[in-house]
Amino acid sequence: VGQCGNQVGCRFWDLALREHANVNKKGIYDEALSSFFRNVDTRSGGDGPDTYKEKICSLKARALLIDMEEGVVNEILQGPLRDVFDGKQLITDVSGSGNNWAVGHKLYGSRYQENLVEKLRKAAEHCDCLQCFFIIHSMGGGTGSGLGTFVLKLLEDEFPEVYRFVTSIYPSGEDDVITSPYNSVLAMKELNEHADCVLPIENESLFGIVNKVHQMANSGKLGSTVKQNSLVTSSAGSAKTVQEKPFDAMNNILANLLLNLTSSARFEGSLNMDLNEISMNLVPFPRLHYLVSSLTPLYTLADVNVPSRRLDQMFSDAFSRDHQLIQADPKHSLYLACALLVRGNVQVSDLRRNIERLKPSLHFVSWNQEGWKTGLCSVPPVGHSHSLLALANNTCVKPTFIELKDRFMKLYKKKAHLHHYLHVDGMEQSCFSEAISSLSDLIEEYNELDATKGGPRTDPSRLKI
Amino acid sequence: MSIITVQLGQCGNQIGHEVFNTICSDVRDTHGLCSKKENESYRDACKERFFCEEQSEVPVARAVLVDMEPKVISQTLSMAARSGYWKYDDGSHFCQKQGSGNNWANGYSVHGPRHKEVIMNLVQKEAEKCDRLGGFFTIMSMAGGTGSGLGAFVTQCLRDAFPTSFLLNHVIWPYSTGEVIVQNYNSVLTLSHLYKSADALLVHENDVVHKICAQLMNIKQISFRDINQVIAHQLGSVFQPTYTADGGLHYSRNPLGDLMETLVPHPEFKMLGLRNIPQMPENSLAYSTFSWPGLTKHLRQMLIANAKMEEGIDWQVQPPRLGSSIPSNHSTNKPLHFNTSLANLVILRGKDMHSVDLGSFRDPSLYTSWLNPEDAFHSWKTLRAFNKYEKSASLVSNSQFLLKPLDNVVGKAWNMFASKAYIHQYTKFGIEEEDFLDSFTALEQVISSYTSL
Repeated sequence: VGQCGNQVGCRFWDLALREHANVNKKGIYDEALSSFFRNVDTRSGGDGPDTYKEKICSLKARALLIDMEEGVVNEILQGPLRDVFDGKQLITDVSGSGNNWAVGHKLYGSRYQENLVEKLRKAAEHCDCLQCFFIIHSMGGGTGSGLGTFVLKLLEDEFPEVYRFVTSIYPSGEDDVITSPYNSVLAMKELNEHADCVLPIENESLFGIVNKVHQMANSGKLGSTVKQNSLVTSSAGSAKTVQEKPFDAMNNILANLLLNLTSSARFEGSLNMDLNEISMNLVPFPRLHYLVSSLTPLYTLADVNVPSRRLDQMFSDAFSRDHQLIQADPKHSLYLACALLVRGNVQVSDLRRNIERLKPSLHFVSWNQEGWKTGLCSVPPVGHSHSLLALANNTCVKPTFIELKDRFMKLYKKKAHLHHYLHVDGMEQSCFSEAISSLSDLIEEYNELDATKGGPRTDPSRLKI
Repeated sequence: MSIITVQLGQCGNQIGHEVFNTICSDVRDTHGLCSKKENESYRDACKERFFCEEQSEVPVARAVLVDMEPKVISQTLSMAARSGYWKYDDGSHFCQKQGSGNNWANGYSVHGPRHKEVIMNLVQKEAEKCDRLGGFFTIMSMAGGTGSGLGAFVTQCLRDAFPTSFLLNHVIWPYSTGEVIVQNYNSVLTLSHLYKSADALLVHENDVVHKICAQLMNIKQISFRDINQVIAHQLGSVFQPTYTADGGLHYSRNPLGDLMETLVPHPEFKMLGLRNIPQMPENSLAYSTFSWPGLTKHLRQMLIANAKMEEGIDWQVQPPRLGSSIPSNHSTNKPLHFNTSLANLVILRGKDMHSVDLGSFRDPSLYTSWLNPEDAFHSWKTLRAFNKYEKSASLVSNSQFLLKPLDNVVGKAWNMFASKAYIHQYTKFGIEEEDFLDSFTALEQVISSYTSL
């Protein structure tokens, strides 16, 4: 939803095709492909059922592209991915949301509600078994933030049993949209109440990764040529080759995040990890569903041999701030739970060895001292022999939320720009007070957990029979 | 009599596949190191037990495969078929797309009732293929959602539908440092429910098998496949044909029944541990020789000291001396770390097993006081060597082997339960706090019973 959401989405579909093409040499439409794509026989109008085990005719993304401006979506439809989407999967408008959450949520929400429900139902009907919705959006603007969270609420109402994963780009302190704190906090309330899992992302982190990769790729050090298609930031080998736009590198990182997140659900492995397992294991209390993600490796060197030392380095990197997609400090905060999704030629002993090695330097909450969820997927990402995605439910997200709250309060106290919101039909002052209250409650929940950190460990006495 | 194997969830299906592989490969092996007649007898008994051969070129495993997601079963079926030596029946599997999300409640309360009919129909179909049904062997992990939750439900259904058949659950204990965060909840719920329906629970602990792979098998990068192959070898060493009576003329026809009769005299005590020696890399076998006295001595000490494998056995631990003035059921009479048994079964495979003296296993000081040692100890034997091991000795024990692991799991689960973490994920599917409390109570009772042995 929105400009950011669609730009990331575009990269995602491109890299998804690349990943499947890498694995699926025979061009047969298989179960792995069917998780994200439909196989459409364009002769029959594209509404027939999917055909497994047959040759790929025309792959269509299981997606809805929503934007209240036409520019980004039009560009996608004219670019190399145009055949991956069909016209019935779009909802666009002309004037945009003016960076106003209320316009996105209340105005466009009510205007497009029926249309949205209809298109969602249609897309769901094309699925044998619908497990999960992914929403990609940014928090700081108007469409992604406002309409995006409207769609989230709609999904909960219409499909209550289907998991809702949200990838949210949080604005930085120097964001050039003045009202981004309003938009973000208003959106946070919706995320608190209606999302199963949220992966908060910060541009600063993506930017840092892009720089790091760039340095490495161009350092020209002897013996350190990097495999181009292995860069977490690159589009090499995908449909979109030359014309790289400024945000492409950063968006590729997010696309890779989503691919790794779903790898074990799509491909085989010795210890599968489905999306519903991620939600089950990483969310101990309903509202504490914000996960810090980190990806490694960011690139692979062209020399192939991978001694196990380098494998262990991959695990260490996953716990280094350089590889996180959000600016936070999990090592000095409290882990509630942690998931490790490994891809490629990595076995359970490698996993166990590294968990033992890293555990002592991490603080886990007293009732979850061994709070590790692990998954092993046999298929590595393109260009790599193995990779690791770490998802942590950690109180280190608290400072991000506190900062957001502070920026909100700075504006709100002066009632700056408030009238732009209150003018919108359906928007009232209470929306603001409820939103900030929801955020404060969330921060308080994290505070209570933090208070237990480092305290004396008294296990509750057991049942006496 | 035939055993029907029910493979539940990813773990159950992966292990089940290795078990049939091992059994099949053992039977095909011409190194049985015994007479041709003996070999044929063994093979026939094994085939009756585990395979069906009508209308098929290769033996068809007597198994039902169940999983809530498709990838594992699909792989399992094709790997078996590709081996060329055996396969699964094409119609004997059931899967869904969603998975159970590691949620016991989802497996038990949602998938169970929803798919009960289809699954039990598959079981019924397999049962009808058997001339005589000896019972069920279910394989599952306690940590996840399908094997554990749906597995507990299916076990209950099996008990209801086949009240007089024997029912043995093979349960995999997860790594103690996390495979699944909610594994302790899932384990507590699974164990308490299985206890009500099953005749016995045969346990393998991932941590233990992992150590065997590392230290005895010398495997550097241990995969789940390696782990499952060790487990399959150990299970094969118990369930391949044996003579249960000295001087018996034919292989026993009722292994599950015999197992229950010898090892489960009391319904409060159903936890069985398994030890198998020797265990070593295949390429070392040719250079090793074994003696029965050596093997049985080690096995006995492993029993007494609760050693999980043949390395690092604590030889200091000795049984308490009988005839002392302290009453024998006084808990301080027993030295620390001594593993008290309720009942034991030793299985010997290989030449000259007739000469083995197992009297040391009949020592009354090994056992709790309220059973006659003559009734508490049994042995099964066969000349026929198993799985390329010239001599192989297994111990199936109903003792305090699993007391500590059980206590650990219950303790950790209780700790988490006190904070109410993750409970909302279970109540969402109909498992309430009271259900948890019932399970905790049931397991504390089991712990208490085993402690007072």
